[in-house]
Amino acid sequence: MCGIVGLYAKTATTSAELGRHAGRMLVEMGDRGPDSAGLAVYREPLSDGSTKLSLHAREGAPDWDALVVRLGRETPVLFHRVVGPEHALVAVEAGDVEAQRAVAATLPEVEVAAAGTTVEIIKEAIRPAEFVERFELDAISGTHALGHTRMATESRVTTAGSHPFSTGGDLCLVHNGSLSNHNRLRLRLRDQGIEFQTENDTEVAAGYVAWRLREGDTLERALERCLDDLDGFYTFAVGTADGFAVLRDPIACKPAVMAETDDWVAMASEYRALAVLPGADDARVWEPEPATVYHWGRAPVAA
Amino acid sequence: MTTFDLAEGGLRELNAALHDPGCEGERFRVLNPRGSHALAVGAVAGADVEIEGHAGYYCAGMNQHARIRVHGNAGVGVAENMMSGTVVVEGDASASAGATAHGGTLVVNGSAAARCGISLKGADIVVRGSVGHLSAFMAQSGRLLVCGDAGDALGDSIYEARLYVRGAVRGLGADCVEKEVRDEHLAEIAELLDSAGIDDVAPADFRRYGSARTLYHWNADHHQAY
Repeated sequence: MCGIVGLYAKTATTSAELGRHAGRMLVEMGDRGPDSAGLAVYREPLSDGSTKLSLHAREGAPDWDALVVRLGRETPVLFHRVVGPEHALVAVEAGDVEAQRAVAATLPEVEVAAAGTTVEIIKEAIRPAEFVERFELDAISGTHALGHTRMATESRVTTAGSHPFSTGGDLCLVHNGSLSNHNRLRLRLRDQGIEFQTENDTEVAAGYVAWRLREGDTLERALERCLDDLDGFYTFAVGTADGFAVLRDPIACKPAVMAETDDWVAMASEYRALAVLPGADDARVWEPEPATVYHWGRAPVAA
Repeated sequence: MTTFDLAEGGLRELNAALHDPGCEGERFRVLNPRGSHALAVGAVAGADVEIEGHAGYYCAGMNQHARIRVHGNAGVGVAENMMSGTVVVEGDASASAGATAHGGTLVVNGSAAARCGISLKGADIVVRGSVGHLSAFMAQSGRLLVCGDAGDALGDSIYEARLYVRGAVRGLGADCVEKEVRDEHLAEIAELLDSAGIDDVAPADFRRYGSARTLYHWNADHHQAY
């Protein structure tokens, strides 16, 4: 199972209410994935050379102010915002690779869920409805969002094992399905310098796409390569700073439905999650073809 | 006419009403389905059901005798294991439309996704648009008529179902071959088109596909090869 959702705002009105819409979509997908929930939101980009770090504590609720002071000795901190007792967003004046190294060097008690100029990720091993309430998604605006409700199969039910997965840059990925060659592929990608924090199969897919982008592929090309190199079942929704993309494996075992109006483009595992969006009754609704890349964005989707 | 507005609940009540043999001839209208699963499942008598919007998974499953119309798209497994009656989807159907259906007629006025008519056991399926890959996989009996195109691996491991496709077939599955269209097949195509209310398509435009019958006869001499 698992449920995935994606929403891309075409208008300022939808953008202002992005979190509320995405939250309702997640709640609809609650029975597909009651183990954990997560949301990646793209908003308020920093300038190049700065990075937003989405952090969560490995255990308990740390003193975030103290942690930020400690991180500040390694790299200049622009601002920070405590998102919940276990979660914080910290902006630093450093590139994403350097920023993640600074966290690894100074804050052993936290994990990095995302690092990029634009993306922010919140995820937690709680029920989707509770997630939406706890993190006050209604108050969040942004250009686009990807969300996930998890029914765990391949690795433990933890915050770190929840989706969305990001392995650096603004790229993030949510997944419905399971990959069968993730162990071997993880080794191959580690040889290429891609770092992994969990034993999760989806993190490997995110790492794979990040690696291909780093090697110069466009997002479209990187996703086409997934068809050759990833073995298993998947519907992916992939976010970048500019937009989002959808890919289903050639057998199309895992569901996906898409819809578009003048105000938004959305995808979800099932139509129920789209039905809550304004104007859904009159939206153009279709099922994405297997082994076909669909993408939306403000700019051409390039590396 | 009984109306169920699912925005206020009532899915179980709808299905319970359809499980009552006394609903023969009754009419039901379903508002705000919003992709709910298991809409109008398990009907046992000739009621008429109009679903005003998009349906979720397994709509009209196990149908007996009822005439069910979805004024929108249908999710995975519409009319799965249907025994009799008629199911019409005005929009598109997702994967596994008409899976294992034994009888009755499923009409999809849009297109159907992958595995349409998988393991078909005797029902008729008429698709105005196209069907996805692995349609009629292991189909045992019944008929699938597609006015548009068919995806890869049509009729893979097919038994005795009969397939008619008007457009392009991207690929045939194992043991599925094209066969000659004779007069009795033209009559059958005309009958299927008529049952779906399609009158702007000529039976002569269809090609016929079916089993080469080399796969499902197990040969004891070859058992080491399995």
